[in-house]
Amino acid sequence: MNTALKLPIYLDYQATTPVDPRVLEAMLPYFRENFGNAASRSHAFGWRAEEAVENAREQVAAAIGATGKEIIFTSGSTEAINLALKGVAEMYASKGKHLVTSLAEHKAVLDTCKHLEKLGCEVTYLKPDKSARISPEQVRAAIRPDTVLVALMWANNEVGTLNPIREIGAVCREKGTLLFSDATQAVGKVSVDVERDHVDLLCLSAHKLYGPKGVGALYVRRKNPRVRLAAQIDGGGHERGMRSGTLNVPGIVGLGQACELARTELAEESARCRALRDHLQQRIEKELGFVELNGHPSERLPGNLNLSFHFVEGESLIMGISDVAVSSGSACTSASLEPSHVLRAMDVGEDLAHSSIRFGIGRFTTREEVDYAAEAVVKAVRRLREMSPLYELAQEGVDLKTIQWQGNH
Amino acid sequence: MAYSDKVLDHYNNPRNVGALDKTSPRVGTGVVGAPECGDVMKLQIEVEGDRIVDAKFKTFGCGSAIASSSLATEWLKGRTLNEAATIRNTAIVEELSLPPVKIHCSVLAEDAIKAAIADYKQKQAEDEAPHPTARRA
Ligand SMILES: Cc1ncc(COP(=O)(O)O)c(C=O)c1O
Repeated sequence: MNTALKLPIYLDYQATTPVDPRVLEAMLPYFRENFGNAASRSHAFGWRAEEAVENAREQVAAAIGATGKEIIFTSGSTEAINLALKGVAEMYASKGKHLVTSLAEHKAVLDTCKHLEKLGCEVTYLKPDKSARISPEQVRAAIRPDTVLVALMWANNEVGTLNPIREIGAVCREKGTLLFSDATQAVGKVSVDVERDHVDLLCLSAHKLYGPKGVGALYVRRKNPRVRLAAQIDGGGHERGMRSGTLNVPGIVGLGQACELARTELAEESARCRALRDHLQQRIEKELGFVELNGHPSERLPGNLNLSFHFVEGESLIMGISDVAVSSGSACTSASLEPSHVLRAMDVGEDLAHSSIRFGIGRFTTREEVDYAAEAVVKAVRRLREMSPLYELAQEGVDLKTIQWQGNH
Repeated sequence: MAYSDKVLDHYNNPRNVGALDKTSPRVGTGVVGAPECGDVMKLQIEVEGDRIVDAKFKTFGCGSAIASSSLATEWLKGRTLNEAATIRNTAIVEELSLPPVKIHCSVLAEDAIKAAIADYKQKQAEDEAPHPTARRA
């Protein structure tokens, strides 16, 4: 059998990614001899750190078609999202207090919007279609004269669906409204270009692209139009006053190196991930019936596969494939005990939301691992279906929708 | 989340998975929960006299729900109906070391036991009643 296979197998690349050894290599000197504070202007320790930060800034900018001056380093996407949304809402309050976003966004966006609502903003939450997409027409219809920001993600973290950002960008440009895109899952996976795609603000996070955790960046357009922000963290005036706090130099170096690798290897890597993902999907669908793909059939991240297995609850399936690390939209696997808000917004159906599994494929995934995972899933689903009263009913020809279920809890 | 050894054992080696003839007058069937909630338990008992001689389950739900129903079938076998009716979810929680977020799984198992007993008793009552147009063949 697969003696070379190392268990457990990691197939959760949308949750986080391992640090690429080349990234780690680039970071190490900045923990050791080059430990200086990038804000120290009076000696070589500081100069060296500053040089490394400025180099990383250019690397990050190059990965998204921006210029170095447009990059603000943060502690990750959550912070960048907070800065973008709160910073724009505060700065443009005299223009208006209306924002547009979608129900399928990450909690970092949704909860920041909730906060802004408490402060008197009005937020329109667009409902995505069944594949989790927002259309440019929906955006056009939602923009009002007092809209200060449209916030829509590039790629969805659960189902991998890509929004038509370029077309949405064109609408925002035409209407004179700023567009922020949460590109946390997109950078390094699909082509992102803030000029071509008319994006005014964008966030990314190192740990989703083979860099370290706890570092990310916000892109803020400097011309056509020049975007202004109200800082949300005050202090020593770092990052041109937009984000105070001593810079995480090793982390920033790692982010820069990760972006450099992502830019130069994107085409080859996305083709490889897509092939592995398609292989996984085909193998599972060949062996099992009653499997639904969640998300868009073609407009999706190359390394994402989100499937619902009818009649099988997600957490029990995860237990059954315990040496394959995946995640589920099932309520049982989340702290909140609520099924995924994304699947709910897509109207997937609560029962199928409970039956969903997200497979994430990435840079270090091998074909052997995918084969192993497919086999494990097929075996576990078959076993659990034999144990499932819903499967039994379906086999008897009963339409589950017609049943009056007892005991809502 | 880490599972207790007993939950893992029941999940990996579930006891009494299967189905009894639900049309038999000696079989009581309880189905509780809903797919939208992520749990459906079907629990069946076969009764001789007032004693449960067999029990089977099928469960759609998380590992703790599967373990709760598997354990319930184990406990039901050999008990009288009155003894079975005294099984409480708290005993299941204790036996399986279920964490607070999984207590609803044990509640569902207790509900399933009660529903199966009620179904059996209803069948008996119907059988005894002089019903010339009995539905069951
Ligand atoms: C789409 C999306 N946005 C935001 C975040 C938050 O990123 P971070 O972990 O860098 O705060 C994540 C990751 O969890 C994500 O997938």
